[in-house]
Amino acid sequence: MTHKTGTLRIGSGAGWWGDRIDPARWNAERGALDFLCFETMAEATVSAAQVRKRRDPGFPGYDTWLDDRMRAVLPHCMANGTRIVSNQGWIHPLAAARRVAELCAEAGWKHARVAAVSATDLSGSIGTSGLAIMESGAPVASVADTLISAEPYAGAEAIVRALDQGADIVITGRVADPSLFLAPMMHHFGWRADDWARLGQGSGIGHLLECGAQVTGGYFGDPGYKDVPDPWNLAFPYADVEADGTAEIGKVDGTGGCIDLRTVKEQMFYEVHDPARYITPDVVVDFTTARLEQAGPDRVRVGGISGRPRTDTLKVSMGCTEGYIGEDMFFFAGPGCLDKARLAETILRERLRLAGLQADDLRIDFIGANAVHGAASAAPACEPVEIAVRIAARCATRAQAEKIGREVDGMAVCGLACTGKRVPHQDRVREVIGLWSTLVPRDSVDCTIEFV
Amino acid sequence: MHVSLRRVAHTRSGDKGNTSNIAVIAYEPAFYPYIKRAVTVDALRTIYNETAVRGAITRYEVDGLGVLNFVLEGALGGGVSRSLAIDNYGKALASAVLRLELEVPDTLAPLLRGPKTDQGQ
Repeated sequence: MTHKTGTLRIGSGAGWWGDRIDPARWNAERGALDFLCFETMAEATVSAAQVRKRRDPGFPGYDTWLDDRMRAVLPHCMANGTRIVSNQGWIHPLAAARRVAELCAEAGWKHARVAAVSATDLSGSIGTSGLAIMESGAPVASVADTLISAEPYAGAEAIVRALDQGADIVITGRVADPSLFLAPMMHHFGWRADDWARLGQGSGIGHLLECGAQVTGGYFGDPGYKDVPDPWNLAFPYADVEADGTAEIGKVDGTGGCIDLRTVKEQMFYEVHDPARYITPDVVVDFTTARLEQAGPDRVRVGGISGRPRTDTLKVSMGCTEGYIGEDMFFFAGPGCLDKARLAETILRERLRLAGLQADDLRIDFIGANAVHGAASAAPACEPVEIAVRIAARCATRAQAEKIGREVDGMAVCGLACTGKRVPHQDRVREVIGLWSTLVPRDSVDCTIEFV
Repeated sequence: MHVSLRRVAHTRSGDKGNTSNIAVIAYEPAFYPYIKRAVTVDALRTIYNETAVRGAITRYEVDGLGVLNFVLEGALGGGVSRSLAIDNYGKALASAVLRLELEVPDTLAPLLRGPKTDQGQ
């Protein structure tokens, strides 16, 4: 290890399922890491996994990039004594852990101890629990007939136990993102589970690391305003954590991107609501007391984040079948393209009315004018050079959702002059798993640890 | 001096369920009091109308870091998996707020970000 004695170096291996893999390899190879942590589960990632599992019974239920990610890092982790914590287990951590053990053997890591951490599956019981949905206030029972999964967000404690028991690699299912990074700190420094000050600071550092390159210059560049060096070559971050949780965020040499007060502040508030009450399963984090200091080139020192006692409940994410979305688009360019787009919208709405479309929600965007910011779009200062007309509708049945693509097909020869059109190879209907949240008492969730 | 927010602050949005948050971060501590005065919930409403953000907008102030964090409920078309938006996550929402305009003292002109020829825009 080349970093300062007494500190714990924890690096990021992924900020989401679709993330790049080379930066994980660089961290494993050159980062001198004590721990490498992978965060691969967004809210929508699990809903996508549930859709896949319904369609494909052979889907193993874990990160579809598991083999690629592990093959990239395992030889280096073995050589460098780096342990791994990863939520790539998605909806089947045990299967993922077994696969990781096979990949360890393939990499020559003979005695790797791989543990799976699984939390109680609440999908069978939550429908009759009498709990309320956080977003709507309605009883959970009101969605019971469409419920296909209910997963609690577990905290760091079970991961800490697995590490205490000697796991080299811990594979989890749904765990709060910062907890993946907090667990190695608690294990290494022996922080108690009620040491709110350290847990708050450590979780804050975990929050800065959990999205990978979002703290090293990713999701950041704005030419002329926020310029990022070599933005094609972004690294994933690491943190050198001290015994009180104070940490310096850095990255491996020879990479692009930047770490400064701007990138750290942007990531600190990413997906945060009340900054004084960022609730994780482990602690309630208060970012308002944070102290940031540029400690060197691409190195920011972060301290002063505080913590308060954890809440009595755990958040549960519930997936419910909510029908299908049909979506397609076509194109206009040159003089009059915006007028054509407007007339095309009128045609589509009239034809869908005649076709008896039954939709819970329908949206027509003009990509190039108002699609991305939607109703918050500024009025265009001049006519765009080109416009994509995109239509999407959410319907109760697949047959209804298919009407969207059918009427877009109709725009080919029954539409307007110079209509650009894609050959409809792609699947234009997707299944919707809507997500709801609820809070359950902590004692209704157990985490089990299985070494494979 | 009248400037766009883009000259004095940077922004990032994040998603949780059907709620988006937008952090507005002062490039310089000297800009923060003027941002805090101008970038109010009412100012956000001029960008995000009742169709764009169907629920409440709440502002949290983090004076120690020069950050305003806005929480926009009902901003994401029902949440990532239900949303019909092409940007399901609302990852691009935070750039809309940079259109806001505000007054800063002329003495701060050397600290403004962006092209030097672009002052006042």
